[in-house]
Amino acid sequence: MSTQALAFKTLLKRDLTLAFRHRAELANPLLFFIIVVSLFPLAISPESKVLQEIAPGVIWVAALLASMLSLDNLFRGDFDDGTLEQLVLSGHSLSLLVLAKVLAHWLLTGLPLLLLSPLLGVFLFMPTPAIQTLFITLALGTPILSLVGAIGVALTVGLQRGGVLLALLVLPLYIPVLIFAANAVDNSAAGFDVSGQIYFLAALLSLALTLSPMATAASLRISLS
Amino acid sequence: MWAAIVRFYHRMASPRHFYHLSGKMIPWFTWAFFLILIPGLYLSFAAPADYQQGESYRIIYIHVPAAWQSMFIYIIMAVCGGISLIWRIKLADVMLISSASIGAAFTFLALLTGSLWGKPMWGTWWVWDARLTSELILLFLYLGIIALHAAIDDKRVAARAVAVLALVGVVNIPIIHYSVEWWNTLHQGATIKITQTTEQKAINKEMLIPLLLMAVAFKFYYASVVLMKARCEVLLRERSTQWVKELVHKA
Repeated sequence: MSTQALAFKTLLKRDLTLAFRHRAELANPLLFFIIVVSLFPLAISPESKVLQEIAPGVIWVAALLASMLSLDNLFRGDFDDGTLEQLVLSGHSLSLLVLAKVLAHWLLTGLPLLLLSPLLGVFLFMPTPAIQTLFITLALGTPILSLVGAIGVALTVGLQRGGVLLALLVLPLYIPVLIFAANAVDNSAAGFDVSGQIYFLAALLSLALTLSPMATAASLRISLS
Repeated sequence: MWAAIVRFYHRMASPRHFYHLSGKMIPWFTWAFFLILIPGLYLSFAAPADYQQGESYRIIYIHVPAAWQSMFIYIIMAVCGGISLIWRIKLADVMLISSASIGAAFTFLALLTGSLWGKPMWGTWWVWDARLTSELILLFLYLGIIALHAAIDDKRVAARAVAVLALVGVVNIPIIHYSVEWWNTLHQGATIKITQTTEQKAINKEMLIPLLLMAVAFKFYYASVVLMKARCEVLLRERSTQWVKELVHKA
């Protein structure tokens, strides 16, 4: 195994281990996701027809916010205790290390959210094909959210009050994902073919996968300077 | 020839040289702005009324140049961001951040005039139409850049952070634009296209000329205002250097 791959694997393992040592925090984004979704029937209407209509948008916006909120501590701990500087100095490709951290973050927040989403779909009376599409769009979309969000986090990691600023930087960049994903779920509920939207999300994912680690690495270097 | 361009480029990278040269350029740009604006405005009112929209279409002469300008300035900012990150030229940082608030202002102007135009034409101030939405998102991107620059205390770090953000934004703008376009469209299609087939009704020449004049006038306005802002920024950043102190003593 090359040293780069070894570094990737080690960092991934380290991040996952660290997260499992703080198990209580792991559930927080997930709980946030569930609570936000369950607020909508209370706020709008418990009627199944209304809920069915708004369900794709509600679930997607909740997923987007949950992902963004959990992103804030993607680099925070490592920045505070100096691990981040060691990573930059390690001589391995910083983009690759960033990718390992983002992957760990997605496995801890995106994946549980993805697995829970069919249940929430049932909660909001979504038809079965729409739930399937919801699952596919979340599977393709949540990694994009983590990857793009990482750029914003890297830019704001050195700041004392980065939280609200992060939302301002990152949310506009999430809009294309939101549009295609919610549109796909809507269309599949109406019985249309959604392969176009799915392909587009896949294209966005590959674009984010290739470009965003570089931008994140550059931003981290700036934040550390 | 090439050597002269390179020399010019290197001299422009020096804040001091930039300060003196831009001081000479600003009056030219300002005069050019007024000289083009006046015939532009005159012809805007002299142009024939639209066969469908009557007189109220004339807001196009502000609305469309402002919308072009909002995108043009963002691209300039992204180019400055690239220059700043690759060659570490301080002036590119200065131009980037000086452009941000002007770009945001033009974006806001485009939205405002669009909304004023939308009320008589579509019967509503705002619709969630593709172009309006992407213009609104562009405004958010501008505000994000301004907010990030304001949040970082060390302005040299801030400038580089903003440069990265501008580049990330410029990759996203086409994606946002087309995703929003696909999502919903009510706005009239682009009237001015570079390639035109004969069946497509293009804009009348008497309407096109003032539109282009106004667009050029807006560009000169931007050039002169951005240089004014950049000069202030340069003085602020270089305040501890000898030449700025001399300048202040002379004044």
